Amino acid sequence: MESLRVINLGVEAGRKRILENVNLYIKNGQTFILFGPNGSGKSSLLSAIIGHPNYRIVKGRITFRGEDITNLSTDERVKRGIGIAFQNPPRVSGVKLIDMLRFCAKTAGLSGEEAEKRIEECAKIMEMEDMLDRPLNEGFSGGEVKRSELLQLMILNPDFLMLDEPDSGVDLENISIVGNAIKKLLERDKKDRKKSGLIITHTGHILDYVDADYGVVLFDGRISCIGDPYEILEHVRRYGYEACIKKCLEERRC
Amino acid sequence: MKLPEDVSERAKSVGVEFNPEKRAASFLQIDQNSSVYNWIEGVEVMSIRDAIEKYDWVKDYMWKIVKRDRDEYTKMTAEDFNGYFIRALPDSKIDIPVEACLYLRRVKAQKVYNLVIAEEGSELNIISGCTSHPNSAGMHIGVSEFFVKKGAKLTFTMIHNWQPDIEVRPRSGVVVEEGGVFVSNYVLLSPVKYVESYPVAYLNKNARASFTSLIVAYEGSKIDVGNHVILREKSSADIISRAISKGGTVVSRGRITGEGSGCRGHLECRGLMLKEGTILAIPELEAKHPNVDLSHEAAVGKIAEEEIFYLMARGLSRDEATSAIIRGFLDVEIKGLPEFLKREIEKAVEMVGEDLM
Repeated sequence: MESLRVINLGVEAGRKRILENVNLYIKNGQTFILFGPNGSGKSSLLSAIIGHPNYRIVKGRITFRGEDITNLSTDERVKRGIGIAFQNPPRVSGVKLIDMLRFCAKTAGLSGEEAEKRIEECAKIMEMEDMLDRPLNEGFSGGEVKRSELLQLMILNPDFLMLDEPDSGVDLENISIVGNAIKKLLERDKKDRKKSGLIITHTGHILDYVDADYGVVLFDGRISCIGDPYEILEHVRRYGYEACIKKCLEERRC
Repeated sequence: MKLPEDVSERAKSVGVEFNPEKRAASFLQIDQNSSVYNWIEGVEVMSIRDAIEKYDWVKDYMWKIVKRDRDEYTKMTAEDFNGYFIRALPDSKIDIPVEACLYLRRVKAQKVYNLVIAEEGSELNIISGCTSHPNSAGMHIGVSEFFVKKGAKLTFTMIHNWQPDIEVRPRSGVVVEEGGVFVSNYVLLSPVKYVESYPVAYLNKNARASFTSLIVAYEGSKIDVGNHVILREKSSADIISRAISKGGTVVSRGRITGEGSGCRGHLECRGLMLKEGTILAIPELEAKHPNVDLSHEAAVGKIAEEEIFYLMARGLSRDEATSAIIRGFLDVEIKGLPEFLKREIEKAVEMVGEDLM
């Protein structure tokens, strides 16, 4: 039942405290939307969950399916079924997209023809067939980076997905490819779903494709609000984050 | 033909096949003694000693680009040498490569003079492997002169696999005539004491050339290599190098001299530091005509932690991620390299990655 739990998490980057007492409890099949103004710590939370070495957990813990993963290396977390699509992944000039997809396939337990077939199928869906031999993220457009990240997750097939602004900088043509891919990855097209997710969005475009279960607002390193994602989005749009949190506090939802 | 097994193993590591199905001809020189196998027509392969006896004109080519009295090593070589003579006859197009292997076994100094001529309109591919016997020590001096005639195309791929006590001092020169093409690849991924090589290439009107080198310097190795290309009218050249220091010293030189109108040259030098060592990149551009287009880029650094993390986020361990990035660093599309040699390079690169941990 239980997918990811974040318990009283405190995180530092450099010497700066960037997350304070963060709690999250995500069950199998649930998708959470993570809202918050710039610099509130949204990406830092995702980085801490995936185990980025620059984000030091100084308090609390993270569990995945009941197992404490706080001290596991990134690859160990990924092997247990956590996947992430980065907002701005680095260029890796000597590694081609196809190489990366083969790494993903290997992690997912696919090999040989089975792996190649899966890569081919998914590349077609993401319209990336012509980019497989390109060095990873080198000269990729904004939309291409997003599609490439999602393509990697499609091969990796994780049970818990974190998506860092998958809808930012994506033009109209790409948004439906991206939106539908995420819908499928999170099994939002199925009634009986097991996949769970945590999505950062500024624009909220992704909510047109993914009917998320909960929205949480991260403000100043703390979770300040939990509620219906559509309501939160609407409120933030109209009144801004501070008003949204104020309203939230009044209704004692936090 | 039959070779002693240990010699054959080492020779294989630098791409020697001794197989008429995969090679046009084969030249093997162990210390100063050579043997030749010529399997197809259109290309002449023999020892330089035999060539001098057979053709009067061979002497007209010799020591024209690399001067006999250039330094003590060329002088030493001029006194007593053997080596190969490879010549593609006019308009003959030889797809499968000619192989040449220079093997240092017992002598203190192996002295080699090589002459390669691609006659007008010909196409020739040479794979040259230089290696030495296990636990050997000594010096290899190789003078090579290449003449690419009008409209001819020559690719020359050289793989070195030495021992930690070997010193290597090639002295090479290239002349590419009008419309000719010269492609040079140099691969050195194993320990060696010292390598010093700085071939000079003269490109005439509309000629093209590319020089690619992949170098790994281990602790105790000093590798000082590069190319000097002189560009005449409308000729063009690219010099690409990838250097890794795993504790050793690499001096990566490149000089492009633009002499003729409309010439174009580009130099790309990238270095990767895996351990405390030295990489000195010296890219030089020299313009001697107002209408030239010369450029260079050089970058030396370590593996970016962000890149390792990115690969780890796809399930690779730190070691696997590091070696994938090193493999990628050395993955330059090398023209004319046979598949199994590419695999040899991949294997060597993987070992570099493993050694690192």
